[in-house]
Amino acid sequence: MDALLNIEDLRTYFFTEAGVVKAVDGISVTVDRGEIHGLVGESGSGKSVTALSTMRIVPRPGKIIGGKIIFDGTDLLSLKENEMRKIRGGKIAMVFQDPMSSLDPLYTIGNQLVEAIRVNNKEKSKQQAKDEAIGLLEAVGIPEPARRFDQYPHELSGGMKQRIAIARALSRMPTLLFADEPTTNLDVTIQAQVLDLMKDLKQKFNMTMVLITHDMGIIAEMTQTVTVVYAGQLFEHADTRSIFLNPKHPYTEALLKALPRLDMRRTLVSVPGNIPNLINPPSGCRFHPRCPYAIEICKEKVPQVEDAGNGHLVACHRWKELSLVGV
Amino acid sequence: MINLQNTLLEVRDLVKYFDVYSKGILRKKLVGKVHAVDHINFTVGKAETLALVGESGCGKTTTAKVLLDLEEPTSGKVFFDGVDVYETFRSGKSEEKLRLRRNMQLVFQNPYVSLDPRMTIYDILSEPLIIHRHVEKSKWKDKVYELLEMVGLEQYHAERYPHEFSGGQRQRVAIARAMAVDPQMIICDEPVSSLDVSIRAQILNLLLDLQKSKGVSYIYISHDLSSVRQLSHRVAVMYLGEIVEYGSSDEVFTKPLHPYTQALISAIPIPDPRTKVNRIILPGEVPSPINPPSACRFHPRCPYVQDICKTVKPPLEDTGNGHMVSCHFWQKFA
Repeated sequence: MDALLNIEDLRTYFFTEAGVVKAVDGISVTVDRGEIHGLVGESGSGKSVTALSTMRIVPRPGKIIGGKIIFDGTDLLSLKENEMRKIRGGKIAMVFQDPMSSLDPLYTIGNQLVEAIRVNNKEKSKQQAKDEAIGLLEAVGIPEPARRFDQYPHELSGGMKQRIAIARALSRMPTLLFADEPTTNLDVTIQAQVLDLMKDLKQKFNMTMVLITHDMGIIAEMTQTVTVVYAGQLFEHADTRSIFLNPKHPYTEALLKALPRLDMRRTLVSVPGNIPNLINPPSGCRFHPRCPYAIEICKEKVPQVEDAGNGHLVACHRWKELSLVGV
Repeated sequence: MINLQNTLLEVRDLVKYFDVYSKGILRKKLVGKVHAVDHINFTVGKAETLALVGESGCGKTTTAKVLLDLEEPTSGKVFFDGVDVYETFRSGKSEEKLRLRRNMQLVFQNPYVSLDPRMTIYDILSEPLIIHRHVEKSKWKDKVYELLEMVGLEQYHAERYPHEFSGGQRQRVAIARAMAVDPQMIICDEPVSSLDVSIRAQILNLLLDLQKSKGVSYIYISHDLSSVRQLSHRVAVMYLGEIVEYGSSDEVFTKPLHPYTQALISAIPIPDPRTKVNRIILPGEVPSPINPPSACRFHPRCPYVQDICKTVKPPLEDTGNGHMVSCHFWQKFA
């Protein structure tokens, strides 16, 4: 398969007064053209910072200190800022979790869309851009797009705002779309609408998507491949079916066992302990204090990422001997 | 039917409207009412969990507040263990009020704001003991340690402050605080929504264990139907202030009779790639509760809407086994 995005051994640290927070500490992600890739992890796992690093918009005091990000043959980390600016919002776009804060409350919907359309394309007339913007609003399923064009974000509901944010991300036909928890703030029936829209748009525009979420249900339904991250590190990468039916990392197994399910009542097996502190992460494998299969070596040595066959990557000392259970 | 001997809480025709005024400094005009809770009835049995589910704005949190008289009800009655709750809070003796408060506890969604940052965990857990005086002063320390152990924390945690704890641990403290007075009922308002997946299961299991060992009843308020399935014996589905379906958890989840419940259940992504997605996508959004739609409030979004739905309000009918539904056409789905 043809990789569109290849993140290799990315390291993004935050140099805070309390110490160095290793938010991303060796995450690799490969995303093939035309697929929806799931980036799954809990809070502090580094999934959002990975996306921000790819766009090179890591907020201070964060800094990318190592690794490579190859997008469509170009190493993004070697680009000059003005070259990067063309890619940002152009070939790579992003939809954030909270549409209330990603849209500017002082500008109309139309204004924000026209700005996005014309930002690197000044030869388009304002009228052309307006027509295009209304077309976009229609594409993301906004009723009465011409009227909405002149409204402000506060006049719209959360679901509508997220559709606007998606429309804006699509305005320059990106090849790659990052969606960071795009439905987490929405009600379930609205979430269903937005997920449906995203599937639809992906088909229509043949976009490649990286879907960042903690919701294994959304991962199962939407994605073709998955990367599981924990405490800033890559734990497992495989096609979605293998991740769910044949997990090779104890953390993935633990996540699946801890999930309440709608279609059955069962005993939840909880993961003991807490999510580690990234200033002082546990030694060796970062999951070892919570792992039911941990042995001596797990405390001492960081496990290497190994290929378990067919591109199923896993970072665990014991993957060969463990037989883990999926869903 | 419900065994009255076993009923702990009974809610009768409870209503809460909020007045909406027009803007203006000198003259404010009443322009409408938010129908937050609109004539709801339900019961909660001893050692039972009733879940109130629905989307934002459906009135589930307002129901909790009104039950505890934190918001004054517009009309309706609530009986707790045979005692009229509002009458007691209006004109009862202070011991009677205290006894009710003690037996109806509350755990909030966000443990980052529900614990006082200036108090140590010991202070937080002993405050209910100071107020209710149900434990002798010489035994307070033991009681706090017992509570910490009950929720899976250690004795040395007593000397710490909330900021030293993770979200999951804070929620344990909040649960321990509610348990400090040995309540008969705890209202849990989205207790796991702000927690990570691996921590959620810990808290859900803790709630289940406490129910088993202490016989406490829960009203579990949540929009997360998967966790509702794990925890609750019975479910009430709310839409725009009304209960549209009510019944045992197994019945409602496997045989939903209201089109809204069906859509809500089908909207949840199942964490198994082998599951075929068979989703009912509802058009539009939840309408404003200020001027809710006529007759059946779900009719503007309902995929099976008929003319009668716009003119005649469907009653909450018993379809057997106490499974109640408010839809003109439930027989079609049975």
